[in-house]
Order: sequence, then C-alpha cells, then structure tokens
Amino acid sequence: MTRDRFERALFRALRPLVIAVLFAITAFPLYYMVMLSFRDIQELILEPGSLWPRDFTLDTYTNVLGRQGFLIFMRNSAIVAVVSVAVTLLISIPGAYAVARLRFFGRRQVHFLFLAVYLFPAIVLAIPLFVLFTMLGLRGSLFGLILVYIAQTVPVTVYMLRNYFETVPQSVEEAAAIDGCTRLSTIWRVVLPLSKPALMATGLYAFMIAWNEFLFALLFLVEKRDSWTVSLGLSQLAGSIEIPTTVLMAGSVVLTLPIVVVFFAGERLLTEGLTAGAEKG
Amino acid sequence: MRGRTLREQEGRAGLALISPTLVITLVVVVLPLLWAIMLAFQDVRLINIRQVGLFGGYTLENFTYVLAEPGFWTALVNTMIYTVAGTGLSIVIGLVAALALRDRFRGRTLVRASILIPYVAPVVAVTFLWQTMLSPQYGIVNTWLSEPIAFLTQARGTFLGVEVPVALLTVIAFEAWRYFPFAFLFILARIQALPAELDEAAVVDGATPTQRFRYVMLPQLWRIIALLAVLRFVFTFTKFDDVYLLTGGGAGTEVVSVRVYNFLTARDDIGASAAQAIVLAVVLVVFLVIYLKFFAGGERDQG
Repeated sequence: MTRDRFERALFRALRPLVIAVLFAITAFPLYYMVMLSFRDIQELILEPGSLWPRDFTLDTYTNVLGRQGFLIFMRNSAIVAVVSVAVTLLISIPGAYAVARLRFFGRRQVHFLFLAVYLFPAIVLAIPLFVLFTMLGLRGSLFGLILVYIAQTVPVTVYMLRNYFETVPQSVEEAAAIDGCTRLSTIWRVVLPLSKPALMATGLYAFMIAWNEFLFALLFLVEKRDSWTVSLGLSQLAGSIEIPTTVLMAGSVVLTLPIVVVFFAGERLLTEGLTAGAEKG
Repeated sequence: MRGRTLREQEGRAGLALISPTLVITLVVVVLPLLWAIMLAFQDVRLINIRQVGLFGGYTLENFTYVLAEPGFWTALVNTMIYTVAGTGLSIVIGLVAALALRDRFRGRTLVRASILIPYVAPVVAVTFLWQTMLSPQYGIVNTWLSEPIAFLTQARGTFLGVEVPVALLTVIAFEAWRYFPFAFLFILARIQALPAELDEAAVVDGATPTQRFRYVMLPQLWRIIALLAVLRFVFTFTKFDDVYLLTGGGAGTEVVSVRVYNFLTARDDIGASAAQAIVLAVVLVVFLVIYLKFFAGGERDQG
C-alpha cells in the first residue's frame, strides 16, 4: 500500500470519528443541562448516571422563576440588553457613517482608539469604575451598568458598521443629495435600509455582550438582589446549598435559551441578507 | 449655509457625528484608565478615597507590597500556563474541527451549530454546568470513572504515577472547550476562501494528504492562526470570569485577574488591586511586543 493510499484511508476513517467527538463534547453538555432541568433533585442523587428522567417535572421552573426570583432577573436583563442595543446603535450609526464617509480632523487616529478599547482588559477598567460608582452612589442601579456596556461595545460596533457602510455605493447617496436629502436623512432613508444585515449583526453583538456579561454586573449589583441580572443571579445562587441543583439547572436553561435562539435566528437572517445583496450585484 | 467651504462643513459634520462615540469612550474608558494608573500609586481604600483626592499621597508602596507577596508570583505563573495552554489548545482543536467540517456531509449544519454553542452560551451557565457535571457527589463524569475525582477543588493528584495540577488542568480544558469555536469560525472561513487550484496541482504532483496540508494549506493559514493567537492570548491573559466562576481561584488556579478582584472587594485595598492590574497589563504589553517583533521577522523571511 502506498503512503498516499494509506493516508487517504486513514483520514477517511478518522474524519467521522472527529466529527462525532466534536458533536458529543458540544451537544451532550447542552442536552444534559436541559435534561437535568426537568428532574427532581432526589432522582439525580439516587441515579447520577442516568441519561433520561424517570418523571418529568416542571416544578423546577416554577420554583426558579417564582421563588428564586428569576422572573425579576429576566426583566432586569431584558431592560439592560434592550436599552444597550438601542443606545449602542443610536450612537454608533452616525459615528460609523462619519468614519466611513466624511473627512474630519483625527479620522485616522480613531481606528487606533477603537482597537485599543476592543483589546483593553476589563479587569483594569473595573477598578476605577467600581470606585467611581461607589462614590456616586450608582452601584445597584442598572443605569451605570448599561453605560459601561455601551462604552465597551460602541467602538467595536462603529468598526463593524463602518466596514459595511463603505460598501454602499456613493452614487446612491449623491443621488439622494441631489433629490434634496440632508445628510441625516440620507443616512436614515438610503444608507440604513441598505445596511440591514450589518445592523442585525451589530445589534446581535451588543445584545450578547449585555446579556452574557458577568464581571461588571457582579461588581455593581451584587448587594442589591432586586437589580440582579440573570447571569449574576445564577452565579450567586449557585453557591447556596439550600437550592437544589436541578432547580438551578432550570435557571441555566432560562439564561441560555434566549441567547441561543437569538444567535441562530440572527445568524440565518444575516447570511440571507448578505447573499440577497450579492445576487443583485 | 454657515460653513465657508464644503470641505469645512464636511469636517464639522464628521466631528459632530463621531462625538457621541468619542465622548462615551473618553468618559467611561480612557479617563478611568488614567485614573487606574493614578490609583496604583496611591494608598487608597474606599473609606479614605475622598481625603486622598486625585493627586494626594503618591507612593510606590503598592508595587513593593504586591511584588513582595509570593502569592502574586504564583498567580502570574498560573496566568501564563493557563493562557498559553488555553490559547494553544483552543486553536489546535479549532483547526482540527475546521478541517473535519471543510467538506459537505449530511448533518453538517447541525454539527456546526452544535460546535458554536460553547462559545455563544453565557459563561455563567456553562461554568455552572461544568461544576455540576464534574461534581464528585452527583456529577455524571464521575459516574464513568472507577474513582471519583474532585476536578475543580483538588490542587494536586496523580495520573499514571505522575503528579498533575488537577484543577488547573480542568480550567485549561474548559478554556479550550469554550473558545475552540472562535478559532474554528475564523479558520473555516479562511479555508473555504482558499483557491482550489493549488491543492489540485499538488494532487496531480502526487502529494499525499499530510504533505498537502503541511506544504500547501498550512502556509496559507499562518496569518489567520497568528492573528488568532494574539487575540486569544490578549483575552485569556486578563480573563476573570472563567476561573472565578469555576474555582473561585482556589485549588492552585488563582490567576492575577482574580487576585485583582479579591483585593478590590474582599480586602478593600484599591491601591494594591490597581498595582497588580497595571503589572498584569504591562506584562501583557511586553509579551505582545516580543511576539510582534518575532512574528514580523518571520513574515519577512517568507517574502
């Protein structure tokens, strides 16, 4: 057998194995999370190795949403995420347009600033913001948290949007200007409708940051239970021995599900939008 | 029209449109960063912060105190091991995954979606899931083993007669698991954009699959791998969430960022906390400079 034929046979055999392992290590934990969330804690302790619940129960969900307060946490997370996305878009759309189209003083240096903010360690920023928010009495308020999320996402979203805005043909904008559009109405009526996929991607990015973030939520909100986000709530309750693990697993599902749904829904829309644009040439 | 020329109007409009972005980054990122550097040189706690003020009592005490503690150096070594191993593993697994999923097969969309889950899911949910699955009492992983292992709470253990840092290895495995999808996405996109002709020419020349990978594909992937290495290194080196949520920094897994957090909250020693964060950032920058020098040199050799 030649080396070539041996290698081909080897990789033909290895490939399905690798795929199976990758699928197992990523899908199984998710399956396990969902499966545990429908079980009673007694069952888990008696049969830790079983892969299918004997009795399905929804008590875990009513417990975690009601008694443990996850409904309130979800409301907080939703407020934080939605406001962050809205304000991030509101700030970064004009910013990205300016960087993409307009020549102004300092335009070149702006890139460096954005890259620096993107790579900048959150843990260094955490110290002064923690001190500042303590002094201002902003700890425990969702407002402070939203402010930090916006500041962390805006430089990146400006960069994402700029790349897309640059692909919008300038002639379309010039036509709008001749038809009497001001600069802002050109952005609103011409550039934005053409940039829907990029806006989706940007919004998605901002939403994921705001929904998943942990460090700043911990630093700012930990003392005020009514303001906890879902991430913070789960991390705080995970340490307590009184709350059964399966109940917290239901909390995990509640935390994970929205982000997974949003991500995969958004991803499909995104690719559809991009390919539709490509077909028109 | 108030502006004298169109060009001036354009410049003014540009500044006006970018100003909200600049203001928020300046107020929430740049100024706090400068303040963090100042805090590192002051003896401050939350109680005395108002008396010390912005410019009072500059000292090097924080640095001498922090650097004299053996705990800091242990944490720095842990950070290094955790970062290098986590970055390397996540890129290697991501590369293998991208190669395996390069060609179409039935169910590829499903497998691809599944692979993205560790990266997309909230960190708090996946760390809690790992804690549960690895629990010595009721964790499913331990039911598969002959003897339960306390993966996250045991500093040292023996494996095949060799002493290994159990918890640190577990945290590294978590890092590789969580971030290989990131590398996978980047590398797969690059592989799919490669021109097919080169590979076909190599087949005609009689190159075996490993030779085609080594001499045809890999040279075209170096750039993206180098970029991934920088990004992952920077993010992992200062990462707080993963280690804090998995072990709380216990069992020999304390990294510098967790120490920074503990000094800030539990010990209420803002100065020492800031000093350690600054040292961490400086070490990171030094590594980056060395790496970029090294990498830029390599780039020239390749032509």
